[in-house]
Amino acid sequence: MSDVMPRLDVFKTYKLYVGGKFPRSESGRVYEVTDAKGQWLANAPLGTRKDTRDAVLAARAAVKGWAGTTAYNRGQVLYRVAEMLQGRREQFTAEVATAEGLGAKKAAALVDAAIDRWVWYAGWTDKVAQIAGGANPVAGPFFNLSTPEPTGVVGIVAPQAGYGYSLLGLVSVVAPAIATGNTVVVAAAAGAPLPALSLGEVLATSDVPGGVVNILSGKTADIAPTLASHQDVNALDLAGAIAADGPGAAAQLEASAADTLKRVVRPPVDPSAADWTDAPGTERLLSFLETKTVWHPMGI
Amino acid sequence: MAKNKNTVDEQPAKSGLFEYAPAPESPAAAGDIATSYGHFIGGEFVDSSGSEALKTVNPATEQVLASFAQGTDEDVDRAVAAARKAFADWSALPGSERAKYLFRIARIIQERSRELAVLESIDNGKPIRETRDVDLPLVAAHFFYYAGWADKLDYAGYGAAPKPLGVAGQVIPWNFPLLMLAWKIAPALATGNTVVLKPAETTPLTALRFAEICRQAGLPKGVVNIVTGDGRTGAALTAHPDVNKVAFTGSTPVGRAIAKQLAGTRKKLSLELGGKAANIVFDDAPLDQAVEGIVNGIFFNQGHVCCAGSRLLVQESIQDELLDALKRRMGTLRVGDPLDKNTDIGAINSAEQLARITALTEIGESEGAERWSPACELPGTGFWFKPTLFTGVSQAHRIAQEEIFGPVLSVLTFRTPAEAVEKANNTPYGLSAGIWTEKGSRILWMANKLKAGVVWANTFNKFDPTSPFGGYKESGYGREGGRHGLEAYLDV
Repeated sequence: MSDVMPRLDVFKTYKLYVGGKFPRSESGRVYEVTDAKGQWLANAPLGTRKDTRDAVLAARAAVKGWAGTTAYNRGQVLYRVAEMLQGRREQFTAEVATAEGLGAKKAAALVDAAIDRWVWYAGWTDKVAQIAGGANPVAGPFFNLSTPEPTGVVGIVAPQAGYGYSLLGLVSVVAPAIATGNTVVVAAAAGAPLPALSLGEVLATSDVPGGVVNILSGKTADIAPTLASHQDVNALDLAGAIAADGPGAAAQLEASAADTLKRVVRPPVDPSAADWTDAPGTERLLSFLETKTVWHPMGI
Repeated sequence: MAKNKNTVDEQPAKSGLFEYAPAPESPAAAGDIATSYGHFIGGEFVDSSGSEALKTVNPATEQVLASFAQGTDEDVDRAVAAARKAFADWSALPGSERAKYLFRIARIIQERSRELAVLESIDNGKPIRETRDVDLPLVAAHFFYYAGWADKLDYAGYGAAPKPLGVAGQVIPWNFPLLMLAWKIAPALATGNTVVLKPAETTPLTALRFAEICRQAGLPKGVVNIVTGDGRTGAALTAHPDVNKVAFTGSTPVGRAIAKQLAGTRKKLSLELGGKAANIVFDDAPLDQAVEGIVNGIFFNQGHVCCAGSRLLVQESIQDELLDALKRRMGTLRVGDPLDKNTDIGAINSAEQLARITALTEIGESEGAERWSPACELPGTGFWFKPTLFTGVSQAHRIAQEEIFGPVLSVLTFRTPAEAVEKANNTPYGLSAGIWTEKGSRILWMANKLKAGVVWANTFNKFDPTSPFGGYKESGYGREGGRHGLEAYLDV
C-alpha cells in the first residue's frame, strides 16, 4: 500500500562544446532558456568573449589535422554525424519542438531534414574540388591546375530566426564549412540554444576531431563581435546577424571583419523570413574556399 | 665562392659584353595625344562638371603628356546613370551578341596593339618590350577569352541562366593600366553588366584610348564609361548608391577601407590587393633558370607587380653560388629609356612611388640589411631606381614584411623545407609564391603548404586569361581570370 511517488525528472546541465570538451562558461554564468511560450526549459551557459577566444584557439589548433585529412575520410566523418543524429531523433524532435513552438510532426520533419543535410554534405567532401577546380588550358607549355583549399577558421553567427533555424539552420551553416576542411566557432541561436548544445554531444561521439566544431551559447552581441574582429578568424558567416543588434549588428560586424579582410557571407535581407528547408545550393560550400593555382613548365 | 663574389661586386656592369645599339620605338606610334581629356560617359567624350584638372607625365622624361579631368561626384553620378540606363538593354542582349562585341574589341586591340603598347609605355614608364610582348597580347587574350563565355554562362558552374549584378564600379591601379582594365571590363561585359571604370591618376591615357576602341566596336552607349581622377573620384564611385558591384585592384589599406565602406550594403565586392611573395630556391634547383626566374620575378615591370617575387628564400647551402650568379645577371640588366627595345627596366611610375621605394630601402639599410646594386648609369631626368638586392635580411625587417612595389629584392635563407614554408607564409599577404627545385614531390608538397593564390613552380610571373589569379589572407578576395573570374560579376 505504499504511495507511488511521481518520478522526478533528471534535468540536464547544458554546456558549451569547445575543443571536443564540454566546459562551463569561464564566466561561471548561465542564462534562462525558455520555450516558445516563455516556460523555463533549462539554463544555458552564458558564453563570453573569453570563451569565444578559447574556442578560436581550439579551432585553429584543429585546422591542420582536419584540412589535412582526405576528403574521403571527411565524408565518412560527416556521414557518421548523420548516423548519430538519427539515433537521437526523438531527443532532437522534442528540443526543436519546444525551441520553435512546433508540433511533434513538424519538428520531426526538421530533424530529418537536418540529418539529410549532413548526408548531403558528406557526399560533397570529395566532389567539391572537381566542380570548383580543374586544369586551365593556358596558352603555353605549362601544367596549370586550380584547386580549392579551406580558408581556415570560420566564425559563424548561427541563424537566430527563420523556419527550422534552431537545428536545421545551424547544421546548414556548420556542415558546408567543415565539409571543405575548415574548422568553425559558432554562436548558437541565443534564444534557442538547446538543440545546438545537444548537437555538440552528437559531434563529440561522431569521429569529428575535437576543435573542428565549437559551439557557444550566450549573447551574440558578445560572441559575434569577438569573432568578427579576431585576427585568427579567416572568414565570417553572418547568417543570423541582423540589422538591429547593437554592436552585433550585421553591418558593424562586416566593417569589423574588413580590418583583417575576412571573407564575409552576409545575412539574408530578412533573416526571419528564411526557410531553412530550402535546398542549400553551393554558396556556403564555395564561400569558405580559396582557389590556389599552381603553374609548372612542361617539356622534356 | 666568396672570392668570386667579391670580383662580381667590383665588376663594372657591362664590361666584356658588347653594347647594343639603341633601338628606339617611335613615340609617334602612340598616335595623337590631346592636350586635355574629359571623361567618357554614355558613349561620348565629355567635359568634367568641375574645373580641376590633373596632369599625367611621362615618368621617363618628366614631360607633361596631357591634362585630364579630376572626376567630381557629379561626373561619377552621370557615369553611373549612363551605365544604369545601358544596363537594361545590354543585359537583355543574347549572350551570343554580347560575345560579338567583345570579339570585336579583342580584334581592334590586336590591330592597334603597337599604338597602345607605345602609349602605355610613354604614360607608365614600363619598357616597350614588355608592353609589346606581355601586356598587349594578354589584354587581347582576355577579351577573346571572356567573349567566348558570354553565350555559355549556363555552363560556368553557377547554375542555369546566372544573372548579372548591374552596374560595376571598377578602380584599377597604374602598374598594368590596360591589362587591369581588361581583367575588369571583359568579364563584367561578358556576364551582362555595365561598367564605370576609374583608371589610376598617373596612367589614364590608355583607358581613354580604349574608349575610342569601344566606339569603333560600336559598343552600345553607356555600357563602358571611363571617369578619370584620383582617389577622391574612386571613393565617390565605390560609395555610389546605384553601383551594384565594386571591383578594386590596389593596395591593401585602400582595399580594407573599401571593404569597410561597403559593409552593410548589398554591393558585391572583389579585391586584388598587395603581396610579398616568397620565391623559394632549393639546393637542387636548376640554377640558371632559377636566376632568370628571380630576375623576372622581381624586376619585371620595375617590380611594380603585386605578385612580384620580392622575397628570395634561398637554401643556405647554395646562397653564395646563387647570389654570385644573380649579381652577374643583374649586371646585364639595362635600365633606361622605356621606348628602347633593349631596355629591361624602365622608369618608376611616379615621383611619389620613387620616394616610397627610396624610403623603404633606406629603412632596409638602417635596420642592418646589406644593400647591393650593379653599377649602372641612370638617366638625368625622370624617375629611376637601380635594381637592388638586400642580403642579411631577417624576418623582422620591414623590407621582409612590407610591400615595396619597386625593383628591390630581399634575400633570406632557410635550411629545411619546413622552415621555408614557415618563412614564406609569415606575412599577412598570400598572393603568390615561387618554388625552384628539380624534385617533383617537393614541388607538390610545398605548393600544398604555401598560403598563396598562385604558386609558380620553376617559373614565375606567368599569366593567362584561363587561369584564376587572386590572393589568400590580406591579399584580397575573389579571383580574376578563368571560370572563377565570372563569379565576381554574377548574382550567385
